[in-house]
Amino acid sequence: MFDDSNIIVGLEIGTSKVCVVVGEQNADGALNVVGVGQSPARGVRKGEIVDAAQAEECVRNAIVEAEQMADVEIRNVYLGVTGGHIRGFNNRGVHPVVSADREISEDDVQDVIKNAKAINLPAENTVVHAVRQHFFVDGQDGITNPVGMLGARLEVDVHVVHGITNRLQNAVRLVKGLQLEVDEIVFNGLASSLALLTNEQKELGALVIDIGGGTTDYVVYADGVIKYTGALALGGDHVSNDLGHGLKVPLSRAEKLKLEHGSALVDEAMKGRTLTITNELGMPLKTINVEHLQRIVSLRLEEIFQIVAQDLEQAGLTDYLRAGVFLCGGCARVPQITKLAEPILQMPVSLGQTNSVSGLKSALDQPEFVTAIGLAKFGSLKTRKREGKSSFQDKIKKTIGTILRR
Amino acid sequence: MAALEATKARAIKIFGVGGAGVSLLDALNGEDFVGADFVAVNTDAPSLAASSAAVKIHLETKLMRGLGTGGDPDRGRAIAEEQFATLKTACEGSDVIFIIVGLGGGAGSGISPVLARAAEETGALVLAFVTLPFLCEGNRRQQQAQQGLEQLKSVADGVICLPSQKAFKLIDENTSVLDTFRITGGLLVEGVRGVWQLLTRPGLIQIHFNDLCALVRDRHSESVFACVEAAGAGRSREVVEKLIAHPLLDEGRALAESDAVLVSLMGGKDLTMAEVNRVMEQISRHAERAQIIMGAAVDVAMKNKLSVTVIAARQNSNTESPGVADDSSGQTSRHSIARPASRCVSQPQNAALDQREQLLKQHAAGRGRKSASKMRQQQLPLAIISKGRFDKSEPTIHRGEDLDIPTYYRRGVVLN
Repeated sequence: MFDDSNIIVGLEIGTSKVCVVVGEQNADGALNVVGVGQSPARGVRKGEIVDAAQAEECVRNAIVEAEQMADVEIRNVYLGVTGGHIRGFNNRGVHPVVSADREISEDDVQDVIKNAKAINLPAENTVVHAVRQHFFVDGQDGITNPVGMLGARLEVDVHVVHGITNRLQNAVRLVKGLQLEVDEIVFNGLASSLALLTNEQKELGALVIDIGGGTTDYVVYADGVIKYTGALALGGDHVSNDLGHGLKVPLSRAEKLKLEHGSALVDEAMKGRTLTITNELGMPLKTINVEHLQRIVSLRLEEIFQIVAQDLEQAGLTDYLRAGVFLCGGCARVPQITKLAEPILQMPVSLGQTNSVSGLKSALDQPEFVTAIGLAKFGSLKTRKREGKSSFQDKIKKTIGTILRR
Repeated sequence: MAALEATKARAIKIFGVGGAGVSLLDALNGEDFVGADFVAVNTDAPSLAASSAAVKIHLETKLMRGLGTGGDPDRGRAIAEEQFATLKTACEGSDVIFIIVGLGGGAGSGISPVLARAAEETGALVLAFVTLPFLCEGNRRQQQAQQGLEQLKSVADGVICLPSQKAFKLIDENTSVLDTFRITGGLLVEGVRGVWQLLTRPGLIQIHFNDLCALVRDRHSESVFACVEAAGAGRSREVVEKLIAHPLLDEGRALAESDAVLVSLMGGKDLTMAEVNRVMEQISRHAERAQIIMGAAVDVAMKNKLSVTVIAARQNSNTESPGVADDSSGQTSRHSIARPASRCVSQPQNAALDQREQLLKQHAAGRGRKSASKMRQQQLPLAIISKGRFDKSEPTIHRGEDLDIPTYYRRGVVLN
């Protein structure tokens, strides 16, 4: 059997489907996707669980599928979280360097990071991530590693992503109920950006927009660090709902129409074209105007992009995004979506490609899997870091621990 | 011929504003427009120097150092406001003013709304012909053009607007840029000519300027023109065929989608009522939803030929046009009964000079009320709309807007 110590699993409980990606980390720390599992999600709205029993069933199905495909037993997962309650902001920590020779030591760095992470949040909120950005030494910007430098005052910026504890814990509890360990919770948008962006793109500045079923998560990278994150409880579900409302068809039908005929831009050739929807016996039920269908889809997606664009403009980040915009999530499948987004965001927009991992082609090519792949990638980065730091003694302990667990 | 006298009584000035407007004005200046005064307005001296217009107004301040507006409508507006008196003097003494402008740049988008206001203040009726920039000219120009269009709409009596992008249907891969601009210009010129003919030629069935204004006021997210000609025995049939096949009308689809269509027929002395009838029948069949305003006129020079000009306006999906809706009831009696609206001053053709002046004054007084009549009673958003599957989940509120409600519904896009 596989030695599963280097197996890393990403689990995303999405609004429309549950995705599991099993990755194997090789000796160099690179990630190779060896299995995927998915199951249509029920009991999830806007990225959050509303019916735990139904959702649990779906997660179990997806996990089992992934286990079979990868031929491993899944024990730990990196769990993706999202929802309209998640917010991100930048915080700065300050630390005076007190040593006699004014040399910045490792301890000073730890202290300043601790200061930066000490954030005054409402009691019901928890920090999901506190990602380090750049250090400042005596006000000098853009320092990535200040250890050994001389200075009197060390500062650091961190990007903090936080959300409401109880709502985050719902998903964690559900996964724990399935006898799985949650290694860490990760914001979905962050995971997607890890999967899509290369270091060069992060350096140039890039925006990743993950338009899923219930939420739209977006992350801005500039100068190699995360500058901004946002989550918006809008997504493909809203498109279907609008269609159901506008065309007066049931939701299941609306969903189907969206997949078959949806387009982000109104197709000139479709003007005046109609569709007849039939029941299961082939009897005509209703005639639908394709132009209206596409207009409804187009307006909703346009609005999502407009909100994102507004948000970024307020944050003053529009000029930093030199690598452009990358889309993922189920809605990235909508035809012409890049053409719709370009004039709104005023940047080149393309569909994201998961370049930083290898493995199953079928999984890597699908925009729905990007988040789950990113979760596994996040896990691989974490374990690599941990292993790098662990001493020889730790390694022995770990090996013995693994043997004992079997 | 009472109508002929009326045309003499009506003084028309045609203004070309901005670089595009001035060059379009040149294209107009000549052949058909006898009796109109041409005025070129621009901030850019070389463009004015090249113009053949009789009157040239060079808007200039020291601030700009002869460099024009640099594509900034605010500068254009500022300079026009500064020279408001000059513009007003130029507008004086005319009953109808056409403003021809290419929106998007600094001079056109900035100056034209101010000019329209100046013209309004002198008591003239203002009809603007505008082109919107090509999509490839960039977002900023599009936005400026839209802003200019909005401002123009709020002051002018009518705006006929042609998005240049439409011309893409008329060109192929090998058409040069110069030709493309000539084509879009040509389309606008056709439109101006069509309207001009409506207003000046002796009409069998005359279209009043008021009807025209009512047609284009408040609607037109965009309008399309088409002008076709045919000669010979089967000319009425041929003309309709050409019209339907016209690329700008999207194979007749534009007609089907439009809310209002103005049709002007023009023929030689041999124009028969049966022909008029045949053409109108076909057009009304294609434009079922639209309110149709038609006129027919005779031009002695047009022997054996029949020309049809169509202006189809499509309503901007979220603006209503109560002004035009009112009209439909009085459609049949339009030409015999003067409408009670302030806009409708009966043609002062046979009136003595002082009477005419009085009418114009009344007219100007009525204009003051116009802005009031534009204010519409708002409706409280009381309609309860189901949020479907999001009914029971936490609403997504962004800047006070409940985003769970379908976007098309919140934006008032009408589906039918």
